[in-house]
Parts: sequence; structure tokens; C-alpha cells
Amino acid sequence: MCISRFCAALGAVALILAAFPVSAFEVEERHFFPAIAGDEVLRIISTADEDAFEPIIRAYQAQNPAVAVDYTIASSTEVMRAIYDEGAAFDLVISSAMDLQTKLANDGFALAYTSAQTETLPDWAIWRDQVFSFTQEPAVLVVSEAFFAEIGVPKNRRDLINLLRRESAWFKGRVGTYDVRTSGLGYLFATQDSRNIESYWRLTELMGGLKSPLYCCSSDMIRDVASGKLAFAYNVLGSYAASRLPETKGFHIVELEDFTSVMLRTVLMPVSVENQSAAHRMIDFLVTMKDRPDLVAASGLPPVDEAALDANTAMRPIRLGPGLLVFLDRLKRDRFLENWENSIVQD
Amino acid sequence: MKGLIAKGSIRRRLVLQLGAVAAILSIAFFLVVQVVADRAAQDTQDNIIAAAATAIADALYADRDRVTLELPYSAFSMLGSISQDRVFYRVVERGQTLTGYDDLPISRKGISENTRRFASFTYRGEMVRAVTVVRSVSLRDERRAVTVTVAQTQRGRAVISSRITATATAIAAVFFMVATGLSFWAAQAALRPINRVARSVARRGPNDLRLVVGETPTELVPLVGALNSFIARLRVSLLRSEEFIADAAHRVRTPLATVRAQAELTHRRLNKPEHKKAIREMIRAIDESSRSAGQLLDHAMVTFRTDSLEKTPVDLVGLLAETCDRLAPTAELKDIEILRELPEDPFEIPGDPVLIQSALRNILDNAIKYSPDDSQITVRAFEDDGFWLQVRDQGRGFGDADLGKLSQRFSRGANVADIVGSGLGLTIADEVAGAHFGRLVISKNKKGAGACVSLVFAQP
Ligand SMILES: Nc1ncnc2c1ncn2[C@@H]1O[C@H](COP(=O)(O)OP(=O)(O)OP(=O)(O)O)[C@@H](O)[C@H]1O
Ligand SMILES: [Mg+2]
Repeated sequence: MCISRFCAALGAVALILAAFPVSAFEVEERHFFPAIAGDEVLRIISTADEDAFEPIIRAYQAQNPAVAVDYTIASSTEVMRAIYDEGAAFDLVISSAMDLQTKLANDGFALAYTSAQTETLPDWAIWRDQVFSFTQEPAVLVVSEAFFAEIGVPKNRRDLINLLRRESAWFKGRVGTYDVRTSGLGYLFATQDSRNIESYWRLTELMGGLKSPLYCCSSDMIRDVASGKLAFAYNVLGSYAASRLPETKGFHIVELEDFTSVMLRTVLMPVSVENQSAAHRMIDFLVTMKDRPDLVAASGLPPVDEAALDANTAMRPIRLGPGLLVFLDRLKRDRFLENWENSIVQD
Repeated sequence: MKGLIAKGSIRRRLVLQLGAVAAILSIAFFLVVQVVADRAAQDTQDNIIAAAATAIADALYADRDRVTLELPYSAFSMLGSISQDRVFYRVVERGQTLTGYDDLPISRKGISENTRRFASFTYRGEMVRAVTVVRSVSLRDERRAVTVTVAQTQRGRAVISSRITATATAIAAVFFMVATGLSFWAAQAALRPINRVARSVARRGPNDLRLVVGETPTELVPLVGALNSFIARLRVSLLRSEEFIADAAHRVRTPLATVRAQAELTHRRLNKPEHKKAIREMIRAIDESSRSAGQLLDHAMVTFRTDSLEKTPVDLVGLLAETCDRLAPTAELKDIEILRELPEDPFEIPGDPVLIQSALRNILDNAIKYSPDDSQITVRAFEDDGFWLQVRDQGRGFGDADLGKLSQRFSRGANVADIVGSGLGLTIADEVAGAHFGRLVISKNKKGAGACVSLVFAQP
């Protein structure tokens, strides 16, 4: 383990130095997991942290000892640029940006695949046999324990709005949310909210009026909530927050009861795939993660589980399909961001 | 049957043709359903993409100095809800793409506002169905025409039409099988009257020259009519020839009687034995001729009466007794005793008494003729799977003659020696038996020498 970690680190360093001389997309990190025995390579480009994915890759390699995994981490927009604009050679694309994944498939950048394993996915978790969901991650409210020690935690958006109105002095500058201009995930959650919740714009305006700080990522928001700098953060990725709970004290997670968007992390096989068979096996492996509670625990990625959604009707998985293309539309996006800026950036 | 070559079968032809028709109809049905299904699926898709395009066009508006658009979510979620098809769109104003896929082909030819234009073409490696609508947007004082095109791949449509095609295939196959079965039945039913006519003609006896009557299908009326007129002509010509024979025989018989009387007188007057012998031979020849003429006359009578047989109840036993009575004098000339073994009760059948008596007379005549003097003839009537009228004698019997041939016209046994005869007696008996659905049985006398000849009639 120690040795392989060392190798991986070494490999990462070496590879980043030599990274993609001709490519323009920005790589955050690159990790190489050598094969146990054999010389196949599976090249994955992903938005997921190495922390979350390493156990999955190791488990996959235990079943496929001949496959080395070349794991490239990039932001969702960079992933899109790599595949869509630059045709970079990868065997799998794993991303939390459902809209971009859908666009890749819609515009003909993905290959179809069916197997007994993919058939087990519920209908809403698969699109065109090209985009496969393997996690379901709700957008949650992360609240500071210290802050809400005396007052009750709001259970829905109406309570939340009332609370912000009532105690505006208190909450000034202490409510965090994504900067949807820079965060793809933030944009996805915000657009879904705007579609599903009437009070979304009111809430946004309130947060603007409170001069709420904007964040690039869930980790920063959680850090600030835990430290007490923020009273709460809105639309934080639940799975990420949950994975921080054991180490980070001072916050807890609230799933709003009126409506909770559920993001589906998806995998697709781009047309540039070279090692199809290894890619197929990885897809099969990912979509059956539900059967590996050990991996679920180790990765902190909740698997697709229809029963869990049925139990909580407020949980609405974001629907795969052409609907997701709407908010990627140039004019729509401009218009949305304009509205959003007008609401949140108030001088 | 000589000259008739059985070639092809109407039934097989009917079945094959009806089967072919069924096959053609099945295929036609299948094709029609497929076309209709495809159209229906196409229409469904057209309606949905048109609704999406209209929804997008409705969302166009003028914003300050430009035309802009807020893409309605429903337009696309609607497309995504019925199938997992890829969706492309493009909004163009004055040759400039406002939004969407820059390379999506737009054909604006012939579209005006409020109309829409559908097209199918290949885009990004897949067949798509596209619709284009035009909408005017007022920008300051100017009207700007904006073109909205929405295209969708056709996977959902293919699924629908393949499902309908599968159903159509199944229905067509079932239809074909049912139709083929029915065509078998129909061919059978259509040919039933033909078979009936054919059977009724084939069942007839050799002398049955009645016209074919009864229900006849229109199509067969000409054939049956021709057959009937043929039968009528045949009957006429047969009767004519029999009449001719009877006439001829009659005309010959009378002068022969005169000649015989004269010959007899001459015989008495002559003294020289060789002259006497010559005359005797002459007399014998005259006898033969006259017998022949008589039998021919009888035979003609039998043919005539059997042709238009009038049946009355006939008591066979009584008839046999009467025949014995009539021939008793002839028997007595030879001192032959006729023993009658007749039952008390009558045997009644429908028939022609004149004919039956003629047959019996010929049989009994043979028995007397071919028996020696002082012998006995046994005449019996009994029942044994039919009514038997049997004449048994102690005469010379048939020798090695072929029994089957004795009832043929003019056929005489080899053992007849100097006994006068024409060879028509058993022919007459046989024909009479046939006309009454009976038969003539010729056998040897099982009790000693002699012949045993029987007429057998079916019990009514
Ligand atoms: N009772 C009989 N005994 C012996 N032979 C017989 C007897 N009856 C018929 N036959 C044979 O059958 C032949 C055919 O008989 P059939 O009565 O037809 O002819 P026929 O007696 O010769 O002539 P005819 O027409 O004058 O009666 C006879 O010639 C004779 O040879
Ligand atoms: Mg005779």
C-alpha cells in the first residue's frame, strides 16, 4: 500500500510534468495506479477527488489485475473542453456535471453500452445507454451547530426565508452559497432550483441583500460553517459534507423537506475510447456499487438506490435528458446569470 | 379410361390460387400497416417537435436593440419525456445564429409565418427529423423574421414503428393461415356439386340410360345438358337398332315358316335317302334361323322393356310355377319330369313380370333342351341372402365351357351337338337379372351330372 501510494505520487508528479504537451485543457491532478499484473491501461478523466475514487479504483483493479488506471482530475468545464473541443483520448469520462455529460452524449461524443449490470439501473439513472448514473448526491443545507444551538433549524425554504427576513442583522454576511458563475455544480443546482422552487429568486435576493459571500466549492463552505464564520451554507453537495462529518466538528447536515435536488454522478464512454473492454468493466463496476457497502463507505459516494429515494419524496433526482441542455443554451445562461447577479450582487 | 388424361386438379388449383390471394393480401396488409404505422409514428414526432419549436418561438422577444430568447425548459423536457432521443436546435435571425447549433441546416424556402416545414436529414451521424418555424419580432419599428429549427433523432419513432410492425407481422401471419385453411374448405365446398354429379353418373349400370336430373349448379348445367342430350341420342339410336332387328326378325320368321312347311312336304314326297337327308339339313337350318329370329325378337323386346322399366310387384314363386306349367308340354315330349320345390309364401319384388318370365323360360328351356329323355329337372325357389330361382337338370352339363362366356351374345357351348339354338337365351336371362339389380348364376349341378342355373334377386 505504502509502496503503491509512493508510486502513485511519483507517477503523478512525473506525469503532470510531462502532461499533455499539446492539450490546452487544464489538469488539476493526475494519478497513475499501476496494474497488479499486465499492461492494459484505462484512462479516466474525472471531476471526483482522488480521495473518493482511490478505493474504487483499487477494488476495480483487484478484479481486473491486468489494468493500470490513469486517473486525471479536472474541473467539469475542463473535462468538457477536453472531450468536446479537443477530442482528448480517454476511455471514460466521470463527472458530476450532469448537464455537460448529457450534452456530450446528445452531441455525439459518447458510445452506447448495455450489459446485465447497466440494465439494473432505474430508468431515470440512464440515458440513451450512454450516460450511466452511479451515485445520487443531494444538495443540502450545512448549518453551524454553534449558530443554531438556540434557535430551531429551518426545515424548508419558507422557514428559511422567514428566518432570514426576521433576523437579517444576524445573518448579514454569514450565509454562504456557490458562485454559480464559476461553479458548474452550483449552476446546476441553482438552475434546477429556479425551475422547481417558486421562492428561489426571493431566497437569492435575500442572500444578496445579506451580502452573502460566494464560494467556488463545497469544501470551503463546509470549512467556514464548521469554523462558525458562516451560519449556514445553501446547496452544498451532501455526499461531500457527509464525508467531512467524521473529521470536522461544528456543523451538521439538513435536507430541506420541501424539495431537495439530487445530483447524479455519471460516467460515459467517449468516442475516443481505446480500451473499450476495460471501460465496459469499469461501467459495470460503478453501476453495481450498491452491492459493495465497503466501497460506498470508503469513497463516501452514495450509490444509485431507488428505494432510498422512494422513502423520501422530497428527493428529486435531476432528470437526465435534453431538458438539461436548456440551461446550457448561451442566451439562457447569460440571462440566468444576469438575473442571478442582479439578485445576489447588490451594492 | 382410354383417351382421358387426368391433368391438374381443380381443387388444387383453387387452393393454390386462393392461397396466393391470401398471401398477397397478407403482404399488402403488412405493408399498409407498416406504412401507416410509420406515418403515425412520424406524425407523433412531428407534432412534438413542432410544439417544441413553437414554444421556443413564443419565447422570442425584443430586448433593447436586439432580438433575444429565453429557451423554455418545457420545450426540451417535453422532447425528452417520450423517448431518449438527441435534440438539436438553432435560432437564426438575419443569417446570424442567435443560439443553438451553428451547423444545423435550416431550409427557409417557402416558409412564411404560421407555417412550419418538416425535413429529414442526417446530422451529426444520425438521421434526424427537423421542423422549422418562422416568427416575426418587432424591434423598434422593424419586423424581424426569426427562424427556429428543432431537430430530433428518430430512435423513439423506430421503436414505435417496429413494435407496430411486429404486431402487424403476427396478424398477417395469422390471417394468412386462417385464409389458407378457409380456402381449403371453400375449394372442397365449391367442388361438392361436381363430385355429386360425377358420382351419380359413375354409379350407373351399363344399361342405365336415364337422363341426369336433380339440382345442378349453374356452371355445370351446360355440361350436364350436353351429357343428357348425348344420352337421349344414344338411347334413340339404340332403340332404333333394336327396333330394326325386331322388324327384321319378324319379317324373316313368317316366310321361314312357309319355307319349312314346304320343305316338310317335299321331304315326305322324296324317296331317295340322299335327297331326304339334304332336305332334313335344310329343315334344320331353317329351324336354326327361325329360332334365331325368335330369340332376336325376344332380346329386342327385353332391351326395349329394360330401357323403360315399369316396375310392378311381382311374385317370383308364382311366376316360376307358371313358367313350369307353360313348358310342361315340351318336357312331356321328352318324358322329362319337372320337380318343383317351391315355398308356400310368395317372393315379392318390384319388377317387370314379362321380362322375368322370359328369363325363366329361357333357363328352363335350356334345361329341357340339354337333358336326355326320361330325366328329371328340379326347379327350386329359396331364400339365401336374396331370392334364388334355380333350375337343375341331369343333362350333359357345361363340359369345360367357360361359364362366364355363356351369357354373352351368340355364344354357345361346344357340347350342343345337333341341338338347335341361337346363343341368346342366357344373354336375355342375364340382362333381365341386371335390370332388376339381380344376377345370373351358372354352375354345375352339384348333385350328379347336369347344369344348375339360377336367377338371384335382392330382397327389397
Ligand atoms: N341346362 C344346360 N345344360 C347344358 N348346357 C347348357 C344348359 N344351358 C345352357 N347351356 C349351354 O350354354 C349355351 C348358351 O345357352 P343359351 O341359352 O344362351 O343358348 P342356346 O341354348 O344355345 O340357344 P337359344 O338362344 O336358342 O337358347 C348353350 O349353347 C349350351 O352350350
Ligand atoms: Mg337356350
